Amino acid sequence: MPLNTNEITEGDFQIIGGNFTNAGEASMQMKAKLTELGIDEATIRRAAIATFEAEMNVIIYAAAGRLRYYITAHNITIKLEDMGPGIENIELAMQEGYSTAPDWVREMGWGAGMGLPNMKKNSDEFKIDSVVGEGTSVEMIINFS
Amino acid sequence: MKLSNVVEKLSLEVKTGKNNLQNNVTGVYISDLLSDVMGNSKDGNIWITLQTHLNIVAVAGLKNLSGIIIVGNRQLQEDVLQKAEAEKITVMSTPLTAFEVAGKLYQLLNG
Repeated sequence: MPLNTNEITEGDFQIIGGNFTNAGEASMQMKAKLTELGIDEATIRRAAIATFEAEMNVIIYAAAGRLRYYITAHNITIKLEDMGPGIENIELAMQEGYSTAPDWVREMGWGAGMGLPNMKKNSDEFKIDSVVGEGTSVEMIINFS
Repeated sequence: MKLSNVVEKLSLEVKTGKNNLQNNVTGVYISDLLSDVMGNSKDGNIWITLQTHLNIVAVAGLKNLSGIIIVGNRQLQEDVLQKAEAEKITVMSTPLTAFEVAGKLYQLLNG
């Protein structure tokens, strides 16, 4: 199904820190929407991975956050803003294997230092800004092929 | 190969998603790190893990995995089973270790 160029599909989710129960809700809703729009599977997979990792980061590290996505004919933009501790050294945080997650989170199989790298790897454009003590914002754009 | 063949050959206990046993199995991914599975598993893979918490359902759903095999007789909480059923994710259980399951599946899929 060809997308209408003027039409923008949106999603808007509040994510509560520590709430592992609802993890994946935004990603699954977004995945369903992309599937409904007839976007190819490889692109959906990339968007799902990037969005889910973003959700998990809010749940693991922040008090709360907001995830929004916008779908146009050409791409999907995923925006995330959280009220979290912020990231002291973004360069270090982007390194695969680096994590500040507590032990109990690691025991669940999270906190392996793959979240941010996975998000970047699956995005065509990836921007991250962070202020220590205030929070982190991420913008990811994934182009449709 | 169908998931039902795997269930039968490995004598797995099917906990949820009994209606999806006709799913095609494209391969196997073994990991207890969820981001690793998110990043590296493929569509239709069976996922072998010892993780039993709620997030495994979301990972399997987002990656279109054909099923999850929980090793070492680890028990799943009721809320996990309910979520898996609701999301149509096939969760299977075995007393075997990950190594034993992997060995059997390797023979089965490559034999």
